[in-house]
Amino acid sequence: MIVAERKPIEEIMGFIRDCKRVLLVGCNECVTVCYAGGKKEVEILASALTMAFMKEGRELEVKEVTLERQCDHEYLEEIRKIIDEYDAVISLACGVGVQFLAEKYFRTPVFPGVNTLFMGVTEERGVWAERCQGCGQCILSQTAGICPVSRCAKRLLNGPCGGSTRGKCEINPELDCAWQLIIDRLKELGRLDDYETLIPIKDWSTERAGGPRKLVREDLQ
Amino acid sequence: MSRKTPSRLEEILSAGHLAVTSECGPPRGSDAEVITKKAEMIKDYVDAINVTDNQTSVTRLCSLAACIRLKLMGLEPILQMVTRDRNRIALQSDILGAASFDIYNILCLSGDHQQFGDNPQGQNVFDLDSMQLIQTVRYMRDEGKFLGGDDIQHPPRMFVGAAANPFADPFEIRVRRLAKKVAAGAEFIQTQCIYNLDKFELWMKQVRDRGLHEKVYILAGLTPFKSAGMAKYMKNRVPGMDVPDEVVERMSGVPKEKQPEEGINICVESIQRLKEVEGVRGFHIMAIEWEEKVPEIVERSGLYPRPEAE
Repeated sequence: MIVAERKPIEEIMGFIRDCKRVLLVGCNECVTVCYAGGKKEVEILASALTMAFMKEGRELEVKEVTLERQCDHEYLEEIRKIIDEYDAVISLACGVGVQFLAEKYFRTPVFPGVNTLFMGVTEERGVWAERCQGCGQCILSQTAGICPVSRCAKRLLNGPCGGSTRGKCEINPELDCAWQLIIDRLKELGRLDDYETLIPIKDWSTERAGGPRKLVREDLQ
Repeated sequence: MSRKTPSRLEEILSAGHLAVTSECGPPRGSDAEVITKKAEMIKDYVDAINVTDNQTSVTRLCSLAACIRLKLMGLEPILQMVTRDRNRIALQSDILGAASFDIYNILCLSGDHQQFGDNPQGQNVFDLDSMQLIQTVRYMRDEGKFLGGDDIQHPPRMFVGAAANPFADPFEIRVRRLAKKVAAGAEFIQTQCIYNLDKFELWMKQVRDRGLHEKVYILAGLTPFKSAGMAKYMKNRVPGMDVPDEVVERMSGVPKEKQPEEGINICVESIQRLKEVEGVRGFHIMAIEWEEKVPEIVERSGLYPRPEAE
């Protein structure tokens, strides 16, 4: 999933300082799972904003909506009828949703309610961790199913570096060294000899370096 | 291992002499004298001088410019190059720039993470890793081509080195990792500072068991302690460093004013012991901000005078 965290209320207040009517739009997908921008978080943000305005002796009308997704046209259409009634929208979706909403409703100011962090997993309750950076050319078959692009602080394709200490990364003793994990798993799979295969220089053009990416499936168009 | 470049370091190693290298860290400013003064102190006692590349991710005068300063003094620089700050275009370009000044040695590194330096909020690049940089220099030199496939007019002629840390975790792949660097094309190795000699000798034995000592020149890395405090700091705070308790105790066991001398003693004794280890082809003495001690260490270790150039 895409993992996000709520923005500080003060920052959001700054976006809507001059507004009287605001539409809060949650998303039922990833940000719901990571407790950042689902129905519940929309409710909490709505009351927090209303109270903050009240404290300043002002009134704010807040409408709460949570869409199935904000990365698909059809769900975003659900707010077309009401959006013109509001001075601004705060989207609690990931950056993808915020932008798609803004593209669709060109005349309405749209602000982000969360900081989008990474593609990751729920390691345990309340703990999320990165697993993929979408490099566009998956090398997991060569690295025992553990991704050094997303999990090594230096993205070393032929690690570990000299800073790997007792299985942890030199930049943070809480962080597993990706290459220690790779070696441990290669050993478990009886494939430690594979460690000695040099992973060639990567073609990063399928990653961010190649510019904004697009996928077209003509068979589905 | 036959000679492939005009490198003086390669010449000395291929002639079978024990080589001695040391390093100069460039200044945090543009005063070239800092580097030339350090070089003056050590030049007659070493065969080549490493110039660090923004070590510990702290911004400094660039390694290439400092190497050119050494070259202009008639000395033999080893250009350290990290992949943290430059993509493959900049790396290849700097290699050519260095070659244009007849810099004949390069040490290929990934570089410390920027979190340790003065710009922890900066981006890192890591377009290549250290092994891929080794491959890149070898490809440019041996095939005479850029990574993009075009021919290089007047390719660089560089003796290609890499670092090895016999003490980092996991220990079981330390020799495999060296083998990988050798397969990538490394021709000489400078190791991490050695304080745990037993562990180093165990690593060297495994290196010999795989015959790697016949394929790559290994220079043992040494850094003298200036104080017991430094020994403790290296032991506890520097990732990938193995300082046994008895070494720390030995440093702490002498009065403060005698500690620098004790640090030098330990360094000299280590060199003497390591000279006997088969496959150790020289020494890399990293006297951090203590360059004036390099001549004494080299002399007392019986490594002076240095061989004359052909």
